[in-house]
Formats: sequence, structure tokens, C-alpha cells
Amino acid sequence: MDNAIAQTEPLMPRETSVHEAGHDVEHEHVFIPQHRHHFETEEQQREAGSFGMWLFLLTEIMFFGGLFFAYLLYRNWYYDAFVPASNFLSIPLGGANTAILITSGFFMAIAVWAAEVRKKNVLVWSLVFTMLFGWAFICIKGIEWHDEWVHGHIPGATYNIGEFVNPKAHGINDEKPLPVDMAQRTQIFYFLYFGMTGMHALHMLIGLGILLWLLWRAIRGEFTQGYVAPIENFGLYWHFVDIVWLYLFPLLYLINRHPLAH
Amino acid sequence: MSATATTIVNLPDQSTATIPKKNYISAEHGLLSWLLTGDHKRIAMLYLISITVFFFIGGAFAGLIRLELLTPQPDLVASDTYNKLFTMHGVIMVFLFLVPSVPATIGNFVIPIMVGARDLAFPKINLLSWYLYLVGGVMMIATMVLGGVDTGWTFTTPLSTHYLNTHVITTALAIFVAGFSSIFTGLNFIVTVHRMRCPGMTWFRLPLFIWSHYAASILMVLGTPVLAISLVLVLLERVFGIGVFDPTKGGDPLLFQHLFWFYSHPAVYIMILPGMGVISEVVSTFSRKRVFGYTAVAFSSVAIALFGFFVWAHHMFIMGISNYSALVFSLLTMLVAVPSAIKIFNWAFTLQKGSITFETPMLYAFGFMGLFTIGGLTGVFLGSLGMDIQLTETYFIVAHFHFVMVGGMLMAFLSGVHFWWPKMTGRMYPEALSKLAAVVTFIGFNLTFMPQFVVGYLGMPRRYHAYPPEFQVLNVLSTAGATVLGVGYLLPLIYLAWSLKYGPIAGNNPWQATGLEWQIQSPPLTENFTEIPIMDHEAYDYEWLEHKTQHEVTAVG
Amino acid sequence: MAHDTTHEHHYHDPSNITNPEHAEHHIVTPLQYGYVYGTLLFFTILTILAADWDMGIFNPIVALAIASTKAIVVILFFMHVKYQSGLIKMTVASGFFTFLILITMTLSDYISRAWGLW
Repeated sequence: MDNAIAQTEPLMPRETSVHEAGHDVEHEHVFIPQHRHHFETEEQQREAGSFGMWLFLLTEIMFFGGLFFAYLLYRNWYYDAFVPASNFLSIPLGGANTAILITSGFFMAIAVWAAEVRKKNVLVWSLVFTMLFGWAFICIKGIEWHDEWVHGHIPGATYNIGEFVNPKAHGINDEKPLPVDMAQRTQIFYFLYFGMTGMHALHMLIGLGILLWLLWRAIRGEFTQGYVAPIENFGLYWHFVDIVWLYLFPLLYLINRHPLAH
Repeated sequence: MSATATTIVNLPDQSTATIPKKNYISAEHGLLSWLLTGDHKRIAMLYLISITVFFFIGGAFAGLIRLELLTPQPDLVASDTYNKLFTMHGVIMVFLFLVPSVPATIGNFVIPIMVGARDLAFPKINLLSWYLYLVGGVMMIATMVLGGVDTGWTFTTPLSTHYLNTHVITTALAIFVAGFSSIFTGLNFIVTVHRMRCPGMTWFRLPLFIWSHYAASILMVLGTPVLAISLVLVLLERVFGIGVFDPTKGGDPLLFQHLFWFYSHPAVYIMILPGMGVISEVVSTFSRKRVFGYTAVAFSSVAIALFGFFVWAHHMFIMGISNYSALVFSLLTMLVAVPSAIKIFNWAFTLQKGSITFETPMLYAFGFMGLFTIGGLTGVFLGSLGMDIQLTETYFIVAHFHFVMVGGMLMAFLSGVHFWWPKMTGRMYPEALSKLAAVVTFIGFNLTFMPQFVVGYLGMPRRYHAYPPEFQVLNVLSTAGATVLGVGYLLPLIYLAWSLKYGPIAGNNPWQATGLEWQIQSPPLTENFTEIPIMDHEAYDYEWLEHKTQHEVTAVG
Repeated sequence: MAHDTTHEHHYHDPSNITNPEHAEHHIVTPLQYGYVYGTLLFFTILTILAADWDMGIFNPIVALAIASTKAIVVILFFMHVKYQSGLIKMTVASGFFTFLILITMTLSDYISRAWGLW
């Protein structure tokens, strides 16, 4: 197809007072190699990409939203079961994971900056640290899940309500014993726990896979010559996954840390 | 053939007319050029073929249902099989036909051209959409081959999670995948409409078709994920037995329904809004008059999308929600009828004092306006709590949604296919035959579904294959109508395919319509425009069109 | 066809479709990101400490308020929304709006039931 776009004159209005000289670059219609022909300008392509990623994140908000509602409902219906179930979770591990994920997000933000100012080494190392902290999160999650497995907290056939019915016999002195049917409801907590952290972990694993691919491309210099959209848009995804965890942590770990106090 | 008092069709001189040599179909050859295309027009054609296939599969199930219902006894198929028939009919028709019908075929084709762009914002994601649709469709076929699913398309818990052993998981996964197809289509449309309009194309110069699709796309993006999570929870419940919807383990089956209907009610607006967009275009073109109350129609599309999110529990009035919340949802349901009615009024006023002609797309549009009004009004009956207790889960509901979806949406789809067929293929179809098909469809439809209102009101439950003998006459009428309807739907398949090779050459603008898509060649170039247009007139500006055609040379090719 | 002015250099498009908002291309500095990072860690510690303090009904409210503050900070700065066009801001808002509709309207059923533990 003869490249009709190249013959079309740029259609951008001429800027006068508002913008500094650096913006004239866009008006000269210098296209990066990754320019797609159905877009008129770089700016349009970049904004469209960003907007598209945000729309995708909206779908993620609604997807997790269903799980959050289920949590809201059952926490209120079975509060007495959710409390001891939640108290079993480890705050040091959960808190550390929160800090780790925030740090991973910080490095992702630095990576976006590095791509924008075209510093390839900083970009590459930031992406590496983003990945490292992401993996650390997954590892700690794995340790926690293993812990839950060992204690019979996986909902289903292997579930063990023993420590909820008779906490003192399991060395737990600050929970009140639950009647058997309420103790069974702790399974719902753990289903939501595994469901929500599992869904979150799945999103992280997908993100880590994409991150590896982006890292490889970053090393080849693809993102430090003006084309930053994939790093930017992946950053949006990564921060969103981070935000989900920022809500999961208090909701799952910090329901009521002093059940027998006062 | 040129315009006369009884038709506005204006075809080029057939002795010298040809299909333009360079167009999106001839641009590249080979199967891979189609399967790996980024061209929105080719993707639209791929969708058209796939959707038609699934429509006829869903239709076959409908035929079997109606065949069983000829007699009051359950004599054709076993109960479980009957349950599978209506479930598969519903799932295929809703998720694999109605939801993608107009947006993925006509929308994909014309939206970029209507806004003056060379393609949608994300062509590769557009192709991905189609592949996801295919994967979902193939998984549905797998379900059928493996023995089917019988939960009803609504997957009501705890039936679907605890009491049935059919292929719920495969179906749920199929719908999950098809849902992403829908999400990506909607995402693409939203970004395109916001960021890819040509210079001069302000929001209020856009064709109303775009407004309708924009509103439907918002629903697709925000609503579909909630369907996804509801299906995932059903899956987890079936696989792991966690108890989230199981009353014996403390779960609430209604939680599923809240999540399911949070999507499935907006889904009906996802299905109908694009059809309404088609009707706006068709009614304007065949009345030679701008749509009355453009702003009202535009805003009512968005209002339908917004209010559509607030009414979902009217599908759950008898399921165990609280009376107070039922009251709230009932009131909001009354409100959501208003914007739809506004559109009908505006189309009616568009017709008033217009120069009306009765080409096939217009016949379907008239059918839409009448049948959708009836279907919509019966929706209001169902929205009032007292009536709903009597009418829900009867054939009244079945008739209601078939009036809006088949009498409404499917007619709008056919109207749109016939309207844009010359643009998509460069050929016209045989007018006499197409008008016959439209009339046959209308007659068949009324014969099929009008008796169902009566029989539902009299108390015949839905989803039952046995019924009291006094309902037989009405059921026989309904089945007879279904046969006629089937003929009405088969006819277009035949003559549209015929027209591809033997139909008259259409030229750029056989309907003398406004809109950017009618100012370019038929079929269009791959890049749509040789130069990006600059929009300098309002939508539906027939004076501009007349002024322009006066200055045009009437050469062909 | 619409009249052809595409050969005119720098067409003045009154509705400025291709770049309607000329969103400033603001680059957030690593130092600003550092402040945000510190804020997030601070609020994490705060929420853990707050959990230890029995405030009755306010515990979940405080926890959600802190989590929402962190989320807003991530959205505005790590995700650059503070410096983006109005369209992006509207998009983010509409996402959370729809989420709240799901929560509140579904809750309206559960809260008003005669049975259950509300």
C-alpha cells in the first residue's frame, strides 16, 4: 500500500504561547520506528495506548470487585469466624510482603522515568529490581500458603477446624473457642483468602512474565530512544496489582487483632 | 436504477460500472492475509461469517424446542435433553450471537470510517477479539459434542454448582473467553471514538450510530468482568466445593445471582443499543431527514448505559431479595424505560414530514420500532412487583425478551446488514426477494411470539417441555410461526450470498445517505481514505449532500 | 468528500481533535517518587499499629481509609494521573464509581433482609 499517511500534511494546530520549544518536535512529524500508520501523531498513539490500558484496568477493578463484595458479605455474616481465621495469618510476613510490593512499585516508577529520560542502564536495573522484589513477594506468599497447608487450612477435604473449636489445645491462648458450625465458616474466610491472594498472585505471575520480556527488549535499547509506551503502560498494570494488595493486606490480615482484649 | 418517487436507490449505470479494482478485499490474497489481518473491515467480515454460523446453530436448537412444544406431552426428548436444548439455545444466542452481532460486524466495519480514521485504535487487539470469540465458540461446540449443559443460560446456583453433573465448567470457560472478546471490542471502540476522530469531527457531529456504540462499549468494559468473576466462582465451587454459594456451608446462592445479573442486565443494553444505532441511521436515510432531536437521542444512549447499571435485581424479584431492595430496583426499572422511549419518539418525529420510502432496511426498521415498543412496554409490566410475581418464569417473560431481542435487535441487525451490504461488498442484493424476506420474518415473528404472551399470562411456565393440554393451540401457532420465521432467516443467507457474484454494482452511495462511509468507494480501500477528511458539516446534513452531488460527475468505477 | 485542505500547512482545527488537551508532558522525578515511597511505607506501618488499637466499629473504617489513601497516592503519582488529561481522570473515577455501585446496591439487598446477621 502506498504510504498515504506520509503524504498527508500534519494537522496539528500551531502552538503559540503555552508550550515550550521542546514540543515543536512533535509538530515536525518525526516518527519513531514504532509509529503505527493509523495514528496521525506520536502524541495520539501514546495517549491512545495509555487510555486503552486504563480501560483494561477498569475491567480489573470490576473483576476483583466481585470478590471484594463476597468478602464484605461473609465477613459481616460470619465475623466471629473471620476473626480467628485472620489472626492465624502472620503480620510480619504480610507486612513485609506489603513493603516488598511497594518497593517493587517504586522501582517500576523509576524505570518509567529512566525510559523517559533515556537512561538505559537505570532502566534495565530498575526493571531487574522490580522483578526481584516481585519474586520475593511470590516466595513469601508461597511460604505462607505452605504454612496454611501444614495447619489444615486449605478449604475442602483436608480442612481441619480443630484449632478453632479448641484453641487452647493447639497452644492458642487469645482466641475464644467457636461452636462447630461457626468454626466451619472459617473455611469461607480461607476460600476468600486463597481466592483473592491467588487471583492477585496470578496477576503478578503474568506481570513477571511480561516484565522479563520487557527487560530483554530494554537491554536491546528499544525503550530509550523515545518509545516509552510499553514501559509506561506496563507500569500502570503493575501499580494496579500493587493497589489490589494494598487493600487485601488490611482486609485479610488486620480484621481484629485483639479478640480477647478488654 | 435511479431514484424515483418510490425509491431512493441510485445505482451507477450497470453497463459500465465495475467494482473498484483496488479495495480492501483485493488488496491482499491468501488465507493468511485474512487470518492475520489488522484491517477492521476484514475482521468485520470474519465476524460476520462466524456469527452467522452460530446463529443457525442456536436457531436449530430453537427449532427443536418448538418441535417438542407442539404437543403437551414430553414426547420428543427426555427432560434433561430438553433442558440442554433451551440452555444451549440461550447461551449461543446471547453470548455468541446477540452480544457481538452489530458491534463486531457492522461496528467494526463502519466506526473507523464514520469518525474519519484509517482503522480502530488497536487493530491487533481487534484481531485478538475475533480469535477469542472463536475459541469461546469452539469451546461451546465442544460442550455440545460432550453432551451439553442444562443449567439454563442463567446458571442459577445452587442448581449449577451442586445438583447437576453436566458440562458447566466447559460452558463457563467458553463464556469467560467470549466475554474477553467483547471487552476488547468495547475498549477499542471507546479509545477510537475519543482519540481518533478526524479534524472537525466534534462529538455532536458524530452519527448517532457512534453514540450508541460508545454507550454499549462502556457497558461492555465495565459490566463483563463481573460476569467473569461470577463464572470463576461457579467454577471454583464446582471444582473445590468451597461453599461460597452453598447454603449448607454458609454461602448465599443469591450472591451468584447478584454478580451474574449485574452484568446480564447491562448485557441486554449491550445487545440493543447498537441496534438502536442502526435504526437511527436507517430511519434518517429513508426519510431523507435528519434525526429529530439529535442531542436527546445521543444523551439517551448514554443514559440507558448509566441507568442500566442500577436495575439488575429486577431479575431476582422472586428469588429472595428483601422487599425493600425490590422496591428500589422496581422504581429504578421504571426510570430506565424512559430513555428508550425517548428514542422511539424521536424516530417517530423523524418520520413525520419526511420523504419515506420502503426499501428493505427501512422495512426492518419499521418492524423494529413496532416490535421493540411492544417488547419494551411488556418490560414495564414485568418491572412492577405485583405483576412480576405472576408473570415471571412464565412464557410472558420469554415473549418479552424475544420481542425486544428478536423483534428488536435481530431485525435491527438485518436492517444494518442490508443497509451496509452495498458498502461492504460493493454489490446490491435483489430488492424484491429481500422485501419478501423482511415481510415473511415479520409475519413469522408475530405468529411465533404473540401467542407466547397469552400463554404465559395464562400461566404456562417457561423451561418446561410438558404443559396443560389447554395451551396446545397457542403452542402450535407458535411453532408454526417459528417455521415461517426460519424461512425468513434462510432467505437472506441465500440471496446475500448470491449477490456477491451476481448482484448489481452498488457504487459509492446507493442510498444517497450522509455519513463519511458513503462518500468513499464501495468496497472501501484498506486505508479507508486517501486523505484524512475534514468534517465541516453536521450529521445527517442532506442539503450538504445535495450540494455535493450536484457538483459531482456521475461517472462510475 | 469534505473539502480538501490537507495540503494547507498546519490546519487550524477549531475542535482540535487529534490532541484535544495537549496534556503537558510532565516527568515525575525520582525524588518525588522517593517521597511517595516513604509515604506508602509510613502508612503501612500506621495501618499495622492501628490494628492493634481497639476502636470498635472504626477499625475497619480506619483500615480502609488508610488503604484508600495509599491507593490514591499510587494512582496520582506512580501512575501519573495527577499530570494526565481530564479524560484519564474521568476514566479512573468512573471505574471506582461503578465498583461502588456494585457494592452499595448489592448491599442494599443484604442490609434490608429480615434474616441474616446484619
